[in-house]
Amino acid sequence: MDKEFAARRRRDLIIAAVLAAIAAATPLFVKDVVVQNILILTLMYAGLSQSWNILSGYCGQISLGHALYFGLGAYTTELLFTKFGVLPWFGMLAGGVVSALIAMGLGYPFFRLRGHYYVIATIVIAEIGLLLFHNWEWAGAAMGITIPIRGDSWLKFQFLRTKLPYFYFALALCCLAWFVTWWLENSKWGFWWRAVKDNPDAAESLGVDVFNSKMGAAAVSAFLVAVGGSFYAQFVSYIDPESVMGFQFSLLMALPAVLGGIGTLWGPVLGAAILIPLTELTRFKFGGSGRGVDLIVYGTLIVLISLALPRGLLSLFSRPKKTGASR
Amino acid sequence: MTALLETRGVWQRFGGLVANSDVSISVGRGEIVGLIGPNGAGKSTLFNLIAGVLPPTQGSILFDGEDVTHMPAAERCQRGVGRTFQVVKSFETMTVIDNVIVGALVRNTVMREARRKAHEVLEFTGLATRAHVLASDLVPAEKRRLEVARALATEPKLLLLDEVLTGLTPTEAQTGVALVRKVRDTGITVLMVEHVMEIVMPLVDRAIVLDLGKVLVEGKPADVVRDPKVISAYLGDRHAVGA
Repeated sequence: MDKEFAARRRRDLIIAAVLAAIAAATPLFVKDVVVQNILILTLMYAGLSQSWNILSGYCGQISLGHALYFGLGAYTTELLFTKFGVLPWFGMLAGGVVSALIAMGLGYPFFRLRGHYYVIATIVIAEIGLLLFHNWEWAGAAMGITIPIRGDSWLKFQFLRTKLPYFYFALALCCLAWFVTWWLENSKWGFWWRAVKDNPDAAESLGVDVFNSKMGAAAVSAFLVAVGGSFYAQFVSYIDPESVMGFQFSLLMALPAVLGGIGTLWGPVLGAAILIPLTELTRFKFGGSGRGVDLIVYGTLIVLISLALPRGLLSLFSRPKKTGASR
Repeated sequence: MTALLETRGVWQRFGGLVANSDVSISVGRGEIVGLIGPNGAGKSTLFNLIAGVLPPTQGSILFDGEDVTHMPAAERCQRGVGRTFQVVKSFETMTVIDNVIVGALVRNTVMREARRKAHEVLEFTGLATRAHVLASDLVPAEKRRLEVARALATEPKLLLLDEVLTGLTPTEAQTGVALVRKVRDTGITVLMVEHVMEIVMPLVDRAIVLDLGKVLVEGKPADVVRDPKVISAYLGDRHAVGA
């Protein structure tokens, strides 16, 4: 039985390696910049959703305020870069650490809240963050920050002539988030998280440190999302509060996981692979500022999924398994 | 030798309601002790105080020679208190083996060892064939058994059983009784809250009867069931006259 379990873990790893290899090869065939752009965003959101899934899927603390960590990653990186000349690579780490610390600082009062109250608190806090950045003169306030263009450089992680470096970074981020999830799934933390999600009282009686489980999940989740935010800031080379901390980012992290299968290893990737191209294509086709048809499309999708397949698309493939790490 | 568990003058008030008043009990090592009493006697409250769900309003609780009165449940588990819940609280989206692994992780930090321990416990509790079934797919009797298995995986010194035999068919209850005996034979002390007198009495070494939040009688099961005070607590004064 344990052999079977080990075999499944190995199989997941192999599938992931094959998918990553295929993804890495796509730029050889896909030369269209628009399509490349969609691929980059898909990979980025897959990684973000995978990270969101750690706190909200595995540990069951549904956050609709992850845009805060995304924005903090972006702002930390760009403020350090434009004000102090710190390279984005270090800014990325700094953003991750700042976000993880803030996630834990916020978790301290909020992880005492249960269910809907926690969700509401996350939304409110992210909105407060957005307002603060809107009014923070030193950080560019509503004007935002334009990242000075110094030409293609790996050191400064900016590229004008090609999107490929961004593509490979997004792929790496997605792989990292997936691998962290895979690794944690069969660890004490992974088991503790799922226990906390299913029944905190029972978990407590079995020696699980419920509060610190949530804190740990929040820190890992926020760190990875912030790295995604740093990446996005470099990718678009201009940030303002709305474009990196808006509520839509919180939604775009949650929806792929919900669509694919919340609290599962493959759900976020599957969900992002369907949702993001669909969003981008409808936005491209119907034009506008992107606040119209795309929202209708995935709103409809989510309603259909929650009615027909509440455990996500993944439940079509592996009905008896769900989130079980065993077998 | 000191008792494994001792409560000293424990009081618990919920607003104006006194659920436990001045309860002092002790449980010796290797005993099976039954905690019985009519509805509303304060059994569950006392049970939760011992498990660490909430601290008593007054009084102290000693476990294994240590004052644990204000220790949270998770830490008590680490010291060796295992419990089940009256209303089963399985981890429904997890498989049976995964449920038990959560418990086993208290004493095994390496996943491989926790998994081995969990398999061992499933074998012991007769759930081995159900290892890879989702907890939500178990029948009620199996869920009760899973509660026990999970608690046993934490390798407790004291196992607290909250009505594990209630609501089972006679056959299921008999296998339950056999399991409790088997647990005791491995050296684990058992304190069980039970409703069904005819099943509990032959099983326990000692019975403690609670009524209206106080210890009414305590002693050998055979003596306890004949005690007029117990009979009147359960059935009313009229029935106690003849006893």
